[in-house]
Amino acid sequence: MDIKEDYVPMKEQDPDERRKNFKEVPLGYSKEEALEEASRCLQCDPAPCITGCPVEINIPKFIRHIREEDFQEAIDTIKETNNLPAVTGRVCPQEEQCQEKCVMGRKWDPISIGRLERFAAEWERDQGKETPKVEASKKGKVAIVGSGPSGLTAASDLKKLGYDVTVFEQFHQPGGVLVYGIPEFRLPNDIVDGEVEALESMGVDIQRNTVVGRLFTVDDLLEGNKVDEYDAVFLGTGAGLPWFLGLPGENLNGVYSANEFLTRVNLMKAFKFPEYDTPVKVGKSVATIGGGNVAMDSARTALRLGAEKSMIIYRRSEDQMPARDEEIEHAKQEGIEFHLLRNPRRFIGDDGNVKKVEVVKMELGEPDSSGRPRPIPIEGSEYEIDADDVIMAIGTSPHPLVPRTTSGLKTSDRGTINANGSGRTTKQGVWAGGDIVTGAATVIKAMGAGKTAAKDIDGWLTNRGDWRTDLEDDGEK
Amino acid sequence: MKKILKKTKVGTGVWEYDIEAPLIAQSNKPGQFIILRLHEKGERIPLTIADTDAEEGTITIAAQSAGKTTRELNDNYGEGDYINDLAGPLGNPSEIEKYGNVVTIGGGVGIALIYPIAKALKEAGNNVTSIIGAQSEEKIFYEDKIGGVSDELIITTDDGSLGRKGFTSDAFADVLEEKEIHKSWAIGPVIMMKVCSEVASKYDTKLIVSLNTIMVDGTGMCGGCRVEVGDKAKFACIDGPEFEADRVDFKVLSQRNQTYVEEEKCLLDKYLEEE
Ligand SMILES: Cc1cc2nc3c(=O)[nH]c(=O)nc-3n(C[C@H](O)[C@H](O)[C@H](O)COP(=O)(O)OP(=O)(O)OC[C@H]3O[C@@H](n4cnc5c(N)ncnc54)[C@H](O)[C@@H]3O)c2cc1C
Ligand SMILES: Cc1cc2nc3c(=O)[nH]c(=O)nc-3n(C[C@H](O)[C@H](O)[C@H](O)COP(=O)(O)OP(=O)(O)OC[C@H]3O[C@@H](n4cnc5c(N)ncnc54)[C@H](O)[C@@H]3O)c2cc1C
Ligand code: SF4
Ligand code: SF4
Ligand code: FES
Repeated sequence: MDIKEDYVPMKEQDPDERRKNFKEVPLGYSKEEALEEASRCLQCDPAPCITGCPVEINIPKFIRHIREEDFQEAIDTIKETNNLPAVTGRVCPQEEQCQEKCVMGRKWDPISIGRLERFAAEWERDQGKETPKVEASKKGKVAIVGSGPSGLTAASDLKKLGYDVTVFEQFHQPGGVLVYGIPEFRLPNDIVDGEVEALESMGVDIQRNTVVGRLFTVDDLLEGNKVDEYDAVFLGTGAGLPWFLGLPGENLNGVYSANEFLTRVNLMKAFKFPEYDTPVKVGKSVATIGGGNVAMDSARTALRLGAEKSMIIYRRSEDQMPARDEEIEHAKQEGIEFHLLRNPRRFIGDDGNVKKVEVVKMELGEPDSSGRPRPIPIEGSEYEIDADDVIMAIGTSPHPLVPRTTSGLKTSDRGTINANGSGRTTKQGVWAGGDIVTGAATVIKAMGAGKTAAKDIDGWLTNRGDWRTDLEDDGEK
Repeated sequence: MKKILKKTKVGTGVWEYDIEAPLIAQSNKPGQFIILRLHEKGERIPLTIADTDAEEGTITIAAQSAGKTTRELNDNYGEGDYINDLAGPLGNPSEIEKYGNVVTIGGGVGIALIYPIAKALKEAGNNVTSIIGAQSEEKIFYEDKIGGVSDELIITTDDGSLGRKGFTSDAFADVLEEKEIHKSWAIGPVIMMKVCSEVASKYDTKLIVSLNTIMVDGTGMCGGCRVEVGDKAKFACIDGPEFEADRVDFKVLSQRNQTYVEEEKCLLDKYLEEE
C-alpha cells in the first residue's frame, strides 16, 4: 500500500496579517484536503486512537465515512459520543490524546483527527439543518447549573432521553469558558452560539443571568422552593476563581487576571471598544505570567489589541509548558517573546499604574509532585522588564459559591466537589462534573463528565434505588 | 429581559426605577446589589438594590448619572422599557442585628443605598440615627423615606443650603461625641467613606463601608473588583461589598477606580455627540 507519510496541512491566516485581527487562525479543510487526509488512515482494528479519546469516538469509522464522501454518516458517528465536534475539533489537545495513540504517528505524521472532526462539523453546519424539537416524555425534570461544555453536554443528552431540562447560567451568554475565555481567533463565539441555539430548539430551557447560590440554592431546586421542583441537579460550574501570587504591587492598575482580561475582550467585546462599551487597557508592552493555554491566549490577545511587545514569562522551560504545541507554535509565529525560566518577584508602578516587572532567573531541580523539574530561583539574578500591563495566567480554582450554599455537599481541600466515577456527589440527587470536580482541565474531559452523569441520572431516575457513591471507599476523585 | 414598571426622579441626576424581578425581590437582603447590561453592546454595571416589594415582585434601584451607562439609563429608559440583562442578588447581605444605637450615613447617591440598611436596622429594633449629605439642597433626596425609618435624621450640605453646613463626617463626629454608638454604616464617595473611617477610628467605634469598585461579572470570576482589606486582596463582589472601614486601603480603592478614566471619557464624549 502506498503510505502518505506527511499530513495535509490546514491553511492558516498569515502571521503578519492575523496578529492584527481577531479572525480565526486555521481556516479549515476543503473537501479535497479532507479526503486526502482521510485517505492516510490505516483503518486499524483494534484502533488505538479510540483509546486516546476521552469520549471514545469511533475514529476509524467516521474517517471511513469521510473517505466515502458520506459526510452525514461521518458526523452522525462523531455525534454518537461527542455533541460539540466543532469545538473539540478546534481546541482538543489532540497531540496528547487521540493523535498521540495513532499508529501512523509511530513513524510518520499521525492522522489529523481533530481537523477531520472540524471538517465534518463544518459540513453539517453548511447544510443549515434545523434541530428538531424533542418532546419531553414526562420522565422527570433535571436542572443543570452552568452552561460550559459539561453542562451543555449533560443538557443535550438528557433532553434526548426525554427529560425536561433547564440550564441555569450566571452570565448573560451561555457557553462557559468557550465564550468568555477562549478567544475568537481560536474558537469563534458564533460556533458556540450555534450549538446553544440548537439546544434551545430541541426544547432545553436556558435561564441566563441566574446566579445559583444567590438567587436560589441547589436545595431550593430539589425542594421546589421559590422555583419548580427538580428530580435531579447536575453541577457544571467550572473552575473560574482566578489565582494571584500575592506579590507586592499586584493591585496596581494594569495588572489583570487572565479571566478579567479575556472576559472583557471575548464576552464583552472590548476589542470593539468604543462601539461596545466595555474597555480594556493595553499599553506598548504586555507581560503574561504563565505557560498554559490561558497564557498563550492572553498574550496573543494582547498583541491583537495593539501591544508592540507581548511576552510570556514562565518559570520553567518550554518542554514543561502545559499549553498545546499548536498554541505555542502559533504564538511564536506571531512574534510573542518567550522569557523562560523567569519568575516575577514584584510589580513596580508609577502613579498607580504598573510599569515594570521584577523577575528572578530560575533553574530546574529535581522533579516535584507534578513530575516536572522543580524551578528554583537563582538568588541575586533579579532584573526588571518594562510592562504596561501584566496578565496573571497562573491558574484558577473552583468557585466556592455553590458548594458553600448547598447542604451536604463534600469538597476536597482544593475546593473541588467530591464525585464518584458516575458524577454522583455526597448529596442525593446531585451530580457534578467538569472543572468543578477535576480542577481546571479540558473541554473534552468536561464533556465526557457531562455525558457520564447524564447516563447515570437517567439510570437513577428510572430505577431510583439507593444513593450509593462509595465515595468514602474509593476515595476522592 | 427585565421590565421597568416605574421611573421617578428623586434628585438632581438621580432616578429611581421599579423593575419587575419577582425572584430577586424574594431573595434579596439589605446590602446586596444587581449587575445590569442595558443592551447587546452595553457594559455590565453594579447597582445596589435600594428597596424590594416581594408581594408586587419588584425591586427598586437608583442610578446617578455618572458616565455613559448611567446616563444612557437615565436619559433613554423609562416605564415599559426593558433592560436586556439583570442578574442578582449579588454580594453578601449586611449583618443586621440588634446592636443598640446605630448610625447610617449616606452621601450623594449613597443616600439611596443606605435606605434598605437603615430600614432593616430599624426593624431589628435598633435606635437609628441617619445622616444624609450632598453638595447642595437639590441633590438631597429620600428625606422622608429615610426619616421614616430613623429615630433621628440629620441632613448636611456642603454649602449649607439645606440642614447643617458641612460634611456628613462632621455630623458623624458630633453624634459620636454625644452618645454611645454600637455600629455604623457609611456609603458614598470614596473620600467621604475615608474621612468617616478616620472619625470612627478616633472614637474607637465600628464602621462598615460598602465599596463601589469597578466590576465585570460580580460573581468572583475576574478579580477586577479587588481591594486591599487588612493587607490582603479581597474581591468586593464576593467577599464584600461591605468591609470594616479601618481595614480598607482607600488609596488603592480610589487608584483602581481610576483605571479607565480616559476610556470612560472617550465613551461619554461619543455618547453626548450622538445624542
Ligand atoms: C483561556 C482558556 C483557554 C482554554 N483552552 C483550552 C483548550 O484549548 N483546550 C481545552 O480542551 N481546554 C481549554 N481550556 C479549559 C476548558 O475550557 C475547561 O476545562 C472547560 O471549559 C471546563 O468546562 P466546564 O463545563 O467544567 O466549566 P466552564 O466552561 O468553566 O463553565 C462553567 C459555567 O458555569 C457558570 N457558573 C458558575 N457558577 C455558577 C453559578 N453559581 N450559577 C450559575 N452559573 C454558574 C459559569 O458562568 C460558566 O458559564 C481553556 C480554558 C481557558 C480559561
Ligand atoms: C456594589 C456597588 C453598588 C453600586 N450601587 C450604585 C447605585 O445603587 N447607584 C449608583 O448610581 N451607582 C452605584 N454604584 C456605582 C456604579 O456602578 C457606577 O456609577 C457605574 O458603574 C458608572 O458607570 P458609567 O458607565 O455610568 O460611568 P463610567 O464611565 O464608568 O464612570 C464615570 C465616572 O464615574 C466615576 N465612577 C466610575 N465607576 C465608579 C464607581 N464604581 N463608583 C463611583 N464612581 C465611579 C468615575 O470617576 C468616572 O470618571 C455601585 C457600585 C458598586 C460596586
Ligand atoms: S474529541 Fe478530541 S480527543 Fe476525541 S477524537 Fe475528537 S479531537 Fe480527538
Ligand atoms: S490509529 Fe491512526 S491510522 Fe489507525 S485508525 Fe486510528 S487514526 Fe487511523
Ligand atoms: S467583579 Fe469580577 S470578581 Fe468581582
